[in-house]
Amino acid sequence: MSDFIPLDVINGGARGRKFEWDTARAPTEDYHDAVLQLEKEGEWEVQRVPEPYIEVNTRYGRVKRIPIERTWHHKSCGQCGHIPGYSTSIYWLNRKLGLDYLDPKDQTSCTAWNYYASATSNPAAQASVAMRNFAAAAETDYFPIIHCGTSFGHYKEVRHELIHHHELRRKVRDVLSRLGKKLVMPEEIVHYSEWVHVMRHRFAELQTIDMSHITATVHPACHYHKLEAEDAIYDPEIYGAQRTAVITGTLQAIGVNVADYSSWYDCCGFGFRHILVSRDFSRSFAVQRKIEVMKEEVNPDVTVTHDTGCVTTLDQSQFAGQAHDRKVGIPVMSDSQMAALAMGAHPYKVLQLHWHNTNNKPFLEKLGIDQAQKWAEFEAACDKLKSGEKKYLTWEDADA
Amino acid sequence: MEFPLDLSGSAYRDVPFEEKERLLDEVKSDLRFQDVMYGCYECGICVAACPSARFYDFSPRVIAQAVAREDADLVYTLMNDSIWDCSQCFSCDRCPRANSPGGLITIMREVAVNNALQTARKALEGYERIIYKIMSTGTQVSPDMLQPDAFPDWGTHVHEIADNLEIWRRALPPETLHTTETGWSIDDKTIIELYLIWHMTGVMDMIKGVDEGLFMILVDVMEERLEEAGYDVEFE
Ligand code: SF4
Ligand code: SF4
Repeated sequence: MSDFIPLDVINGGARGRKFEWDTARAPTEDYHDAVLQLEKEGEWEVQRVPEPYIEVNTRYGRVKRIPIERTWHHKSCGQCGHIPGYSTSIYWLNRKLGLDYLDPKDQTSCTAWNYYASATSNPAAQASVAMRNFAAAAETDYFPIIHCGTSFGHYKEVRHELIHHHELRRKVRDVLSRLGKKLVMPEEIVHYSEWVHVMRHRFAELQTIDMSHITATVHPACHYHKLEAEDAIYDPEIYGAQRTAVITGTLQAIGVNVADYSSWYDCCGFGFRHILVSRDFSRSFAVQRKIEVMKEEVNPDVTVTHDTGCVTTLDQSQFAGQAHDRKVGIPVMSDSQMAALAMGAHPYKVLQLHWHNTNNKPFLEKLGIDQAQKWAEFEAACDKLKSGEKKYLTWEDADA
Repeated sequence: MEFPLDLSGSAYRDVPFEEKERLLDEVKSDLRFQDVMYGCYECGICVAACPSARFYDFSPRVIAQAVAREDADLVYTLMNDSIWDCSQCFSCDRCPRANSPGGLITIMREVAVNNALQTARKALEGYERIIYKIMSTGTQVSPDMLQPDAFPDWGTHVHEIADNLEIWRRALPPETLHTTETGWSIDDKTIIELYLIWHMTGVMDMIKGVDEGLFMILVDVMEERLEEAGYDVEFE
């Protein structure tokens, strides 16, 4: 393995510089004030983060509340369609801790993939879709938690637009009232990896698989930390608050050695329309600017991210890279999958790794998991579905 | 889209300047414009962060600069020949002038769609099935899209998924994910509400401009389901 930049260099460097928050110097407004002010003015209702919650800091040191339970899971169209183990692992983690959550059917996607890809939408439509989903969550008294990085970023954009444009608020309120729904803004817009982040020490307490010999790289999703950038979690103890703390904090809590690489800020190559209709760009960017750089600088056992599009692009693009003899071959997983794996979740019945493309068998073997045995167990479960003995794999089957 | 990108404007000399100005005004009058465009230092920081600039003859600086200078000719050229190369990653939001070139491009694309520019039609070729999926089902990609002919560059793995799709979707614990035609099961009532949103916010008019055939198919599907649910809604 080549030398890579140790995290303590970024954490403070040779001079021991220590980053400190100063919320008074924040260059952006505090959305909390605006959201609550509009509630006072009767413009909307605010759904409070249910107790118990955990408080964390965002980019400029402001406090964000992350709910522990009573969460309403806003699924992601990409993850559920093509990498279902991403969300299955999130639910498995909730169940393992005995937490109350809701996986709703009264939920559409945010439709932002289409908004960014084709532009066949507009602010009123996008805000109405967002607020319809938020109203549906509020009706259940469960608090929205967003699985997708793009949905999370886009909903923050929508919040910004609704705060600053009363004519848009009026229009969306009118649309919602015709659907019989109220305008309800959640007190916080929460990404699932923020929940994973605040729960990381509880996951570590239940860890059964040692990961201290594993090295991982992290790809933070652009729409998590670049869109409405102030509302992402940072922690002076993690990269000296010079990178978002999510994912890295989780991996460190379960003992994984996280390594930095020079193109960490680059996107994954997804590109929204590119992954669908200009795929050469997505493939090339993912391989040349992300996977190969990680491979050359770190040679990690796994790379970990927290968004649908990022998992898909980084993982699937490696097939073409391999065909062209590029330096590829890094399994790609989400932080939820990594946390679940550390806690002994089944790699196929829970993590659903057979939907991923890049060979992850050596990684599983390195963890001491008998991959062939696990696959045989999954196939035996599928045989029961094929024979009609069972209609679906249940949670009990997944943990059997 | 083209390499090298021709910024001379010669391809659009016949388009009246008033038309180019009208489109620029449409960009500037969008409610998001004030949040994405303050001016431009022409520093190129956005280009340094931009993934598309590495692979295409594409520059968020040129786009921001053209709009900041209100150069209607150049904006028109860029709106036709450049904006669809953007990856919408928002890496350029690190702009020291507090611009969002990516957000500006979102608006320019919408103006291109709203005005049914040829570029928008061309950029969306091959994309219709995705628009159909999102607008009719409320989810964007679905498991049944994982077919080898759709993703030849993802290798044999896609064959394996396609061959086992029905069983593998049932071999998932969360009940909402069992479907193969959508990412998860969505209530009928929810879909009806989504169609009403499309109707009330004018999205279907945008589709009509760029793809009349897709518009007709979507209208058929939506009007039928809305009628069944007791709504008398017409999209035309
Ligand atoms: S848009 Fe911003 S980053 Fe790009 S050139 Fe202009 S001032 Fe610089
Ligand atoms: S949003 Fe577009 S212009 Fe901005 S960095 Fe990404 S690809 Fe470049």
